[in-house]
Amino acid sequence: MSPDLKPVPFRGGGFAPRPVRGAAAAAFLAVLLLWWAATRFGWISPIALPRPGEVATAVLDMVRSGELWQHLAASLARLVVGWGIGAMFGLIVGFAIGLSSLARATALPLVSALFPIPKIALLPLFIIWFGIGEASKYATIAFGVFSPMVIAAFGGVDAVDRGLIRMAQSFGMPTRDIIRKIVLPGAMPALLSGVRISASIGIILLTAAEMIGAQYGIGALVLAAGNLMQVDRLLAGVLFLSALGLTVSLLIGIAEKTLLKWR
Amino acid sequence: MELIAEKICHAYGNLKVLDDVSLTIRSGEIVAILGPSGCGKSTLLRFLGGLERPTSGQVLMAGAPPALSLNPLTYVFQDFALAPWRTVFGNVALPLEHHPMSAAERMERVMSALARVNLTDFAHAYPRQLSGGMKQRASIARALAVNPAVLLMDEPLSALDAQTRELLMDDLTRLWGETAFTAVYITHNLSEAVRLGHRVVVLSRRPGRIRQIVPIDVPIAERREGHPALAETTARIWSLIREEAAEADRELTDVA
Repeated sequence: MSPDLKPVPFRGGGFAPRPVRGAAAAAFLAVLLLWWAATRFGWISPIALPRPGEVATAVLDMVRSGELWQHLAASLARLVVGWGIGAMFGLIVGFAIGLSSLARATALPLVSALFPIPKIALLPLFIIWFGIGEASKYATIAFGVFSPMVIAAFGGVDAVDRGLIRMAQSFGMPTRDIIRKIVLPGAMPALLSGVRISASIGIILLTAAEMIGAQYGIGALVLAAGNLMQVDRLLAGVLFLSALGLTVSLLIGIAEKTLLKWR
Repeated sequence: MELIAEKICHAYGNLKVLDDVSLTIRSGEIVAILGPSGCGKSTLLRFLGGLERPTSGQVLMAGAPPALSLNPLTYVFQDFALAPWRTVFGNVALPLEHHPMSAAERMERVMSALARVNLTDFAHAYPRQLSGGMKQRASIARALAVNPAVLLMDEPLSALDAQTRELLMDDLTRLWGETAFTAVYITHNLSEAVRLGHRVVVLSRRPGRIRQIVPIDVPIAERREGHPALAETTARIWSLIREEAAEADRELTDVA
């Protein structure tokens, strides 16, 4: 190579995440190891944090005795009913706001005023209204799910390509068909991200609501374990919550893959 | 069926976009409407198909549309307007679905429309898998499937590259040769207008007025690059629009 020839220095690359095999498992393992070491060598008091093995035993005990299923069934029922009611009304109101100027002018300010209220603050009110039983828990979850669903739905409707709507009108499609075949699928990506957000809000409210006046439910489990200083059972409950959240997010991921396969 | 625009005037607020445009589209002819950007030609097309209302003037249909026409005034859009969640087949079937007909008849209509634009093999592809040219063929198939009386084409080739544009012009020429259709063809491209129009309506800059209507007698099938009569017409229209095109080019665009 002659002295005045230099290769062009490479300045590109990066900013493109790629999968790294085994990294996730290694990260979990590292945290477990740190946890184990902290408890094994007495860096943390065993009263504050039991060993990983003790938590695993607590989990297994609850699985074997059937206690887990009791709590899980109670929580799932509340989540499904509460989320279902909230999401249904949220979708209806969100679509109304997206499609009608009158609904937008009236309902949107109301929803905006409702949105910033931490819904857990309404739980005492709902207990007064609906009693200490299931209804007040459904109402709290439904209320919390409602506003993010409204906002996702009307945002999704707003984002539907107006060119496609114009096209549908130009072919004389009836309004009902335009909503069903153009607006609904066009808003679907936003609706699914609304489902994602509202489901995680639902789980937060579920746990909080179960800490008041519930015999079963993962929230009740965590609270009871805390009161008795049973940190192993408490952490087992936290693990169940994490598993619940991951499962919900997995299901939504599957729904996204099937409903949005055209993307 | 004839489509008649009568004294169309339109303004957005104080901004006049169209001024006294009167035009008759006769059955079986392609009318190319040529004008610089922002002259209101797409707006005019929206009036012709009833997607928007002019400030004054009206659009009339004379005579009955063909008996089997499901949508007499049918658009072909510049950006194709294909639903990305539907396959090519699904997109062509979309405007048929609200008409009462058997599934077999719908299938037949879709497949024959796809065959006319050579898309049969791509019936089950999604729009994102298609090239621009194939997307526009799909959107033309969708328009043909409803058996329109008048095709309203809004710069249908403007989103395509030059080679694809040539191919699509050949397709349109062939389609018109197979069955003469009636069309309004909006374009800012002189060579498209001269290649496909039986008459070329030259619009002025904003506010759009009809400056001249240039009939082209050469049969569409015989129009080729370098055809002497066409070259002469092209030069004549170019001299007509050259100055305005240059002025339009210098203009700031702050209007939709």
